Amino acid sequence: MAQYPRYYTPLQKLGASGIKLFAWAVLLFLILPILVIIPLSFNSEPYFTFTEGMLALDPEAYSLKWYHDIWMDGKWTLAIKNSFYVGIMATLLATVLGTVAAIGLSNPLVPFQRTIMALLLSPMIVPLIITAAGMFFFYTQLNIAGSYFGLILAHAALGTPFVVITVNAALAGFDYSLVRASLGMGAKPVYTFFKVIMPLIRPGVISGALFAFVTSFDEVIVVLFLAGPEQRTIPRQMFSGLREEISPTILAVAVLLVAISALLLLTMEYLRARSERIRMGSTV
Amino acid sequence: MSIPELSRDEIREANRNIRRKKILAILFVTPLLLFIFITFVAPIATMLYRSVYHPTVAELIPDTLQQLDDWDADSGELPPPQTLTLFAVELKRLAKERLSGKLAEEINRGLPGSSSLIKATARKLQRVDDAELQSQGDQLLLASHPKWSGVEVWQTIRRAGSIFTDDYYLTALDLERTPSGEIVQRDTQIYLKLYWKSLKIAFYITVLTAIIGFPLAWYLANAPSRIANTLMILVLLPFWTSLLVRTTAWIALLQTNGVVNSVLQWLHVINEPIEMLYTQFATVIAMTHILLPFMILPLYSVMKGIDPSYYRAALSLGAKPIPAFVRIYMPMTLPGLSAGALLVFIISIGYYITPALVGGTDGQMISNIIAFHMQSSNNWELAAALGSLLLLLITVLYWLYDRLVGISNLKLG
Repeated sequence: MAQYPRYYTPLQKLGASGIKLFAWAVLLFLILPILVIIPLSFNSEPYFTFTEGMLALDPEAYSLKWYHDIWMDGKWTLAIKNSFYVGIMATLLATVLGTVAAIGLSNPLVPFQRTIMALLLSPMIVPLIITAAGMFFFYTQLNIAGSYFGLILAHAALGTPFVVITVNAALAGFDYSLVRASLGMGAKPVYTFFKVIMPLIRPGVISGALFAFVTSFDEVIVVLFLAGPEQRTIPRQMFSGLREEISPTILAVAVLLVAISALLLLTMEYLRARSERIRMGSTV
Repeated sequence: MSIPELSRDEIREANRNIRRKKILAILFVTPLLLFIFITFVAPIATMLYRSVYHPTVAELIPDTLQQLDDWDADSGELPPPQTLTLFAVELKRLAKERLSGKLAEEINRGLPGSSSLIKATARKLQRVDDAELQSQGDQLLLASHPKWSGVEVWQTIRRAGSIFTDDYYLTALDLERTPSGEIVQRDTQIYLKLYWKSLKIAFYITVLTAIIGFPLAWYLANAPSRIANTLMILVLLPFWTSLLVRTTAWIALLQTNGVVNSVLQWLHVINEPIEMLYTQFATVIAMTHILLPFMILPLYSVMKGIDPSYYRAALSLGAKPIPAFVRIYMPMTLPGLSAGALLVFIISIGYYITPALVGGTDGQMISNIIAFHMQSSNNWELAAALGSLLLLLITVLYWLYDRLVGISNLKLG
């Protein structure tokens, strides 16, 4: 089944098959740890391990009770609500600010472009523990530590670099004569923005928004430092769960999160294919 | 060909047009710049400030410190009697307000042994009435303990009284200041060792991701695009999966009765389960798994753009396969390799969550000790100093990344 170029010597073919084997092993290393938690989350015993019954495929050994537990436990339902609320609000804020800034930055007339870019992307590079400690000091002074408002601001700041990057990339192939044409034909700037610029950069904006959402949805350290008990999010709840009492409820939550990531990944791939089509269309 | 001359008005009009566009573009960037300044830069600045700002002593004994300002610390003589009296009065006030212990703790850090001195003196002075203290406070103070007649304690008090301090940086670098003001190394190294260990762990992870990421990226880049796109999902799914989920998975895999131990026992590779969770090994393996996509993605996108005919040309010109690969193909992958390596190194050096959950004591990194000082020991100033040093390290790496790769070339997904 393997097709190697005809000029390959037997030794080269062996080498190529060796690399292929190694590549597959690495792929397994990447994916197996994630797959392994799926059966474990249906364990009927309160352990993180496969029981004998599970290995014997005994239906008794499997149960849905940990999934049921998520909905029964007020802590988890609050965490789920918080994660979506904070994530969506932070994403909206980050997407609007990031998109507008990326459009401005794409203009070569802006002075200190490189410095501004480095500054805008720094929330992505600075270790979260430093960001979280600084935010704790500063937000306490402003009296917004331990509030939804403070947490949303913090997560929006962490999400903006991704929006700037993706919108910036979407603008790379952007044809500015379209804007001139629109304005020249008498369209108002706002109308031009929503009807000409936006449709063309939309895949970039949406993928930036998805990145911003995932950043907030996945973030623990800032939540650990800034949030009060009312603002606990899913990862925060998982973190304390893993430190205190390890229960398979965490595995059930983890499986749900994997499902969400798979959904996001598919959306992302769809968008990428679309933006490639758009880019092809605009350059021809 | 002659260029038609523009009239002055036309030039002015064109310039005005450019200026208007420039202002508009700047106005677009401003909201986010302001937002980042308030929500992100100001917090970082606050942390830097907290690492040097320590007004505790200055707030406890303001009057004494004001007088000590005029005292020549190197003269070898005691401060003047009225300063001593003032200190006695302030110490009595602190004793009454139950704050003398705090002062004792602060001074003790500069001069070990002065904690009991200050506490004992404060207890004695509390019994003296105000009038007597005002008239002969200095005598009482000197009589209470012979150490008060030495200059060392006064030097220490004066130094501790300054609002800004480099003490926390000294601690963070495992240095300390002797009472006479010299900076010497501490007997036991804690933080330098931890920085060194973090660098080492980050280095292991970077090398591991490169070694196992390179062949996979090569395979994906050279596979037919249909297969490559499908397999790419196996790389991207972990990338998009929550960090906590992946750390949870590694706990399930590595624990004593976990999957890895069970499989190894079942295969009769081992007889007794190995302790893998809560070790440095667990930190390295889990973080390698988590950061591997950051190595594969830039490598893949660079390899995708390498024309296979270079390698083929080398072969047909008589090069042996392996030298041709090393000398022709590998150098062309360097941009991707350096981008991936720097990215993995930068991310792993400041990692907190995974070491905290799977690392035990051996697998802790510098972020964990910062979190410890923020949350458990409440030594916020030391946490800020440790964080500032880490920030310096990251800034250097970030600058390097920008020089080598260009920050705006950063691509996602």
